Amino acid sequence: MPAPTAGTVDDVDRPRLAPYVRLTFDPARDGYVLLAPESVSVLNGTGATILELCDGRRTVAEIVAELCARYDGVDGAEVRRFLTRLVAQRTVVVDPGVAGGAGHG
Amino acid sequence: MDRPFGLLAELTYACPLHCPYCSNPLNLADYGEELTTAEWLRVLAEAKELGVLQVHLSGGEPLQRRDLVEIVRGAGELGLYTNLITSAIGFSPRRAEQLRAAGLDHVQISVQAAESALSDRIAGLPSFERKVAAARLTKKLGWPLTLNVVLHRGNIDGIARILDLAEELAADRIELANTQYYGWALRNRGALLPSRAQLERAETAVRTARERLKERMEIIYVIPDYYSRYPKPCMDGWGRRQLTVVPNGDVLPCPTAHTLPLPRAGVREHSLAWIWERSPLFRRFRGTDWMPDPCRGCDRRELDFGGCRCQAFQLTGDAGRTDPVCHLSPDHGVVIEAVRAANGTSSAGRPEAVFVPRPHPRRSAG
Ligand SMILES: C[S@@+](CC[C@H](N)C(=O)[O-])C[C@H]1O[C@@H](n2cnc3c(N)ncnc32)[C@H](O)[C@@H]1O
Ligand code: SF4
Ligand code: SF4
Repeated sequence: MPAPTAGTVDDVDRPRLAPYVRLTFDPARDGYVLLAPESVSVLNGTGATILELCDGRRTVAEIVAELCARYDGVDGAEVRRFLTRLVAQRTVVVDPGVAGGAGHG
Repeated sequence: MDRPFGLLAELTYACPLHCPYCSNPLNLADYGEELTTAEWLRVLAEAKELGVLQVHLSGGEPLQRRDLVEIVRGAGELGLYTNLITSAIGFSPRRAEQLRAAGLDHVQISVQAAESALSDRIAGLPSFERKVAAARLTKKLGWPLTLNVVLHRGNIDGIARILDLAEELAADRIELANTQYYGWALRNRGALLPSRAQLERAETAVRTARERLKERMEIIYVIPDYYSRYPKPCMDGWGRRQLTVVPNGDVLPCPTAHTLPLPRAGVREHSLAWIWERSPLFRRFRGTDWMPDPCRGCDRRELDFGGCRCQAFQLTGDAGRTDPVCHLSPDHGVVIEAVRAANGTSSAGRPEAVFVPRPHPRRSAG
């Protein structure tokens, strides 16, 4: 099995939260937060929705499609930039897409 | 007002090791009257209410607290992210499984060097083999593994081997942090501060390893602030993101702030919210109004907050001055002097082998 990679995300990648990262609601700040060993990111509503869709099964393209089905005015490039940032920060990992679309699991 | 994100819970200053770089207070005996389990659980609940999301369980050696599992479980039930910072002494398979079941999120294990002889000599106790076993156990139980290594003159040349060890142990992250000069480390600074040549070699080794391991391991490397032009943004600002509760219940803006001549504030007398929001201690250096020149008019004042208050106090006797590490500080000469001594050919002012090992504190509660 190929190792998860860092770098920019592709449409065929399947992002998921890194194993030691937790997405949770913070009542004190009335918003979602992403907790990692040495970092905390406060998310806006869209950010939290994107991360809920990062289940390691959906591809980036499927996540964007899902967001477009739920909301108006979703910018796919913006979603990819957001995920790329989190991959660089190692809170999200991607299992690289397999050519031909044969996913695992 | 900002809400704190992180709580550093220093559960006890008891510790079986004697690291000469230990940042713990010199007067360890003053902290013997430790908070009880019930008091810690109350502190955690108040911290959560205040906005804290992460709890770093440290010390001393947190595994010396018999109620560690209970404290972890309590934190988990509050929805806090729990991080154990440990020397690994006391991390037995049974204890580890209990911590896993209690919901501990993350484990950081410190090692002193990559070779058992050197690691044990620095730690002052045969401990390397136990650390390696604990690291393997951490992975086996499904935790991510972070290794912590404090770098200094005596181990920094082995940094490539330390990185190899981390790779062999399948660490997910490694924090290679040059010693910060507080507590026992300041006392031992002459023997600990590395030379510029050592640092350059270390940086090359880090770059090479990052290239090789980039997909597998996150490598965090912290340079010694004595060698940088600007100070570190200490605690991301005084009373802004973090707070520390020490074993006897005193609350501090940073773990070394007990050295400052400021009024104390403790959870046995006040609520955490009052301490964070109103205590004179937390208000003293919050924001930028307290700043002297050259910080007052400097573009970087919101970036580094004028550096570290404890370092300013230790090196100048005045906690309200610019951190002398900053090249713009009028006191920068004291740092230049220490760096010069670390790079001199003679060993004058650099008592090479005479570390003062951190002793064992006496304690009462537990
Ligand atoms: C004070 S220790 C307490 C936890 C545990 N006894 C241990 O050493 O891992 C907390 C962390 O700070 C690191 N540390 C100790 N003294 C330091 C110093 N002077 N500068 C930087 N880090 C230090 C330790 O390596 C450890 O990762
Ligand atoms: S002596 Fe070493 S192991 Fe003990 S608290 Fe200090 S840094 Fe940690
Ligand atoms: S003068 Fe003060 S604010 Fe400016 S860089 Fe130095 S320490 Fe930071």
